[in-house]
Amino acid sequence: MTRGALFWIVVTIVLAALPPVASALGQPFYIDLARRMMILAIAATSLNLILGYGGMVSFGHAAYLGLGAYAVGILGFYGVTSGWAQWPVAIVACAVAAAAIGAVSIRTSGIYFIMITLAFTQMLYYLGISLELFGGDDGMRLRSRSTFSGLLDLGNAVSFYYLCLALMLLAVYVTYRIVNSRFGMVLRATKSNEARSRAIGFSPYRYRLTAFVIAGAMCGLAGALYANHTNYITPGLASWVQSGDLMFMVILGGMASTAGPLLGAFALLIAEEILKGWTEHWQVILGPLLVLSVIFFKRGLAGIFHA
Amino acid sequence: MTWALVFEQLLNGLQYGVMLFLMAAGLTLVLGIMNLVNLAHGSLYMVGAYLAVAGTQATGSYAAGVALGFAGTLVVGMAMELVALRPLYGRDHLDQVLVTFGLILFFNELIAIIWGRGSLYTSLPTWLQGHVNLFTGSRYPVYRLVVLAVGLAVAALLWYVVTRTRLGMLIRAGATNRTMVAALGINIRLLYTVVFGFGAALAGLAGLMAGPIYAVQPGMGELILIQVFVVIVIGGIGSIRGALVGAIIVGVVDTLGRAFLRPLLATMISAPAAEAAGPALASMLIYLLMAVVLAARPAGLFQSR
Amino acid sequence: MLEVRGLTKSYGALRASDGIDFEVREGETHAVIGSNGAGKTTFISQLAGDLRPDAGRIVFAGEDVTQLRAPRRARMGLARSFQITSVYNEFSALDNVALAVQARSGHSFRFWRDARRDPKLREPAHRLLDEVGLGARAAVLAANMSHGEHRQLEVAMALALEPRLLLLDEPMAGMGAEESQRMIGFLRTLKGRYSIVLVEHDMDAVFRLADRISVLVYGRVIATGAPEAIRASAEVRAAYLGEES
Repeated sequence: MTRGALFWIVVTIVLAALPPVASALGQPFYIDLARRMMILAIAATSLNLILGYGGMVSFGHAAYLGLGAYAVGILGFYGVTSGWAQWPVAIVACAVAAAAIGAVSIRTSGIYFIMITLAFTQMLYYLGISLELFGGDDGMRLRSRSTFSGLLDLGNAVSFYYLCLALMLLAVYVTYRIVNSRFGMVLRATKSNEARSRAIGFSPYRYRLTAFVIAGAMCGLAGALYANHTNYITPGLASWVQSGDLMFMVILGGMASTAGPLLGAFALLIAEEILKGWTEHWQVILGPLLVLSVIFFKRGLAGIFHA
Repeated sequence: MTWALVFEQLLNGLQYGVMLFLMAAGLTLVLGIMNLVNLAHGSLYMVGAYLAVAGTQATGSYAAGVALGFAGTLVVGMAMELVALRPLYGRDHLDQVLVTFGLILFFNELIAIIWGRGSLYTSLPTWLQGHVNLFTGSRYPVYRLVVLAVGLAVAALLWYVVTRTRLGMLIRAGATNRTMVAALGINIRLLYTVVFGFGAALAGLAGLMAGPIYAVQPGMGELILIQVFVVIVIGGIGSIRGALVGAIIVGVVDTLGRAFLRPLLATMISAPAAEAAGPALASMLIYLLMAVVLAARPAGLFQSR
Repeated sequence: MLEVRGLTKSYGALRASDGIDFEVREGETHAVIGSNGAGKTTFISQLAGDLRPDAGRIVFAGEDVTQLRAPRRARMGLARSFQITSVYNEFSALDNVALAVQARSGHSFRFWRDARRDPKLREPAHRLLDEVGLGARAAVLAANMSHGEHRQLEVAMALALEPRLLLLDEPMAGMGAEESQRMIGFLRTLKGRYSIVLVEHDMDAVFRLADRISVLVYGRVIATGAPEAIRASAEVRAAYLGEES
């Protein structure tokens, strides 16, 4: 068995065992924390596809987190509370948005690409703020959580937890298949050496745009999950601080690895929790910590596990 | 919607535009010459604003506040370059983005620790308060006109330096071909430090002037920074002329859009719909503009390379 | 196979390509020589599709490709190797060639099957590596290969495209005497099977491989002809050969 497979088996067992253990210990808070970690891991996995494997420094990925959440919130506002309708809409809306943003952005590269993706995310953020009907700056509570014809009650913390676990594993597996497929090879080749890729006949644009759309759609699912997790939607989900957090998860965890995003999400959330316990001004410590980690610790946590 | 109102908003747009220019000029040079993505540029703007306010409050003198804001930002900028940014030269943009992002978190929180999270109150000396009468008949704040004048003066000064001095020639050469300049034996490190200092000073100036007009609070840097990015993308990286043109365009479009889009829409569609769509569309306007410019010119209006 | 008419490219006041006329017959090996600064790199870049000419036409296999960019031309059968080695450093030699094979076999919008285990990609890649002499090094990471092996890898990747025309940009660059001889020997086996544009400084290689030679000086072709004619031309000697070996 490969190290990677072993890693994921262990992770699955640990995460599956967490709710009963946490309940037994009287610490339901950890179910919540782990659930949040898994949802963000899905978002980070989607970013890893385009950033880690594709080399596209998209600083606007949180836009899809916000868009997915708002799809759920807005549909719920108008009485459509069925998850069967909401979640596909969230995914498709994000795919469309990613296609539009990507079509313009991916023609550029380097510094331009970073700034442009950031700008478009900000645009969506401002859009969210200006929609007074849905709470504007403050955001709004969900009318109700997404319903699934009675099959699943997202209000039940543990059921929802296992759903997130299942979806996270699915997202990781799908990404794994994609990056090892012909499509994934082209994406990775283009990151490795664009001139060489063009010389053998690959047109980078179409592959990058496709990856961008896939990543956006996957992150939209994470957004839908997040809205149900917090039972609240706010424009802050699409802020660039959130985008930066996602990027850090990908980098800290280890780019271009399947375990990276989860490890990164885990590390960042744990660091936040610990620091929050010390001081309310935890960001003044986290900031320099992140700086140092980038300067000195580029290979990421997955490098330790070789996963 | 009278002509006087339009003109007033136009002036507001120009004033906002020159502030964007001050930020954009420094940043576009740093991007073009040093190939450095510095997200913490907004933090320098914030530092300028806070130091100016703090200086004025502590000494009671506006001039002292301005001096502190300007000089203090320069010092903070140089420290930032020395400590956090030097290791980043030559490293890929991803690293630069992540490190400067960490700096933003740090500075925002540091400011919050010292001055709290609320907005700071700033006061103007009497000679900068008050209004003047415009030829249109309406009255306009003196201070905003002063800001506009200062901004234009800086633009003229920059134009002079860049086109008429040896330093300016090096800057233009560095923006078009960095390696060539280094190969010619110019002290690149020194050039980088000077360019970065330039940028920091301009950001500090924009910040200290911004205090009386815009909210002075943690995170104010990032709000303007993203618009500065739009300016640079439209104008073209490395081009000061592009920064000026882009800044004026963005400043005017954004201001006029926010002021007049809703009333304009209301003449075409129902009032409640305009009420909802107007502000939303207005906030998206400059980004849509950016998308349009990019579709036609992927490297900006004034590409330097 | 390839026809170039009036190719012109200027950088400001500098005319890097000054109305170049050039052609390659099918199966021919046509070498391009010229001192540094003569405009060889600009010429090759325009042929490959990385640089757009200011004026002129490029016709490849009967089709006007002047406005087409590099990936399109590659898919049409115009393969190139780079003067400064350009391979996928993070991938193995086999992966490198397999990617070229993949590029040849239609679109790559397949998202599920493992490309590394696809025999339709692996087998041709193995064969090509054997052909260029890298068969034993298939699993080695490109970053760990020697310079000479990189050059061989580039040729393998070019051949993987089943090209009709090969653009070889200084394939011998940076090679020692023995490696050069082996490369020349290998290129001789390609002669006649492919149409080749060979840009080289190594005069030995040029005279042993070329059917025709064009001499590029300051962006213009000052002479085109059989190797003997070029060697004997006084004009060429004066302009170029005299400075070289």
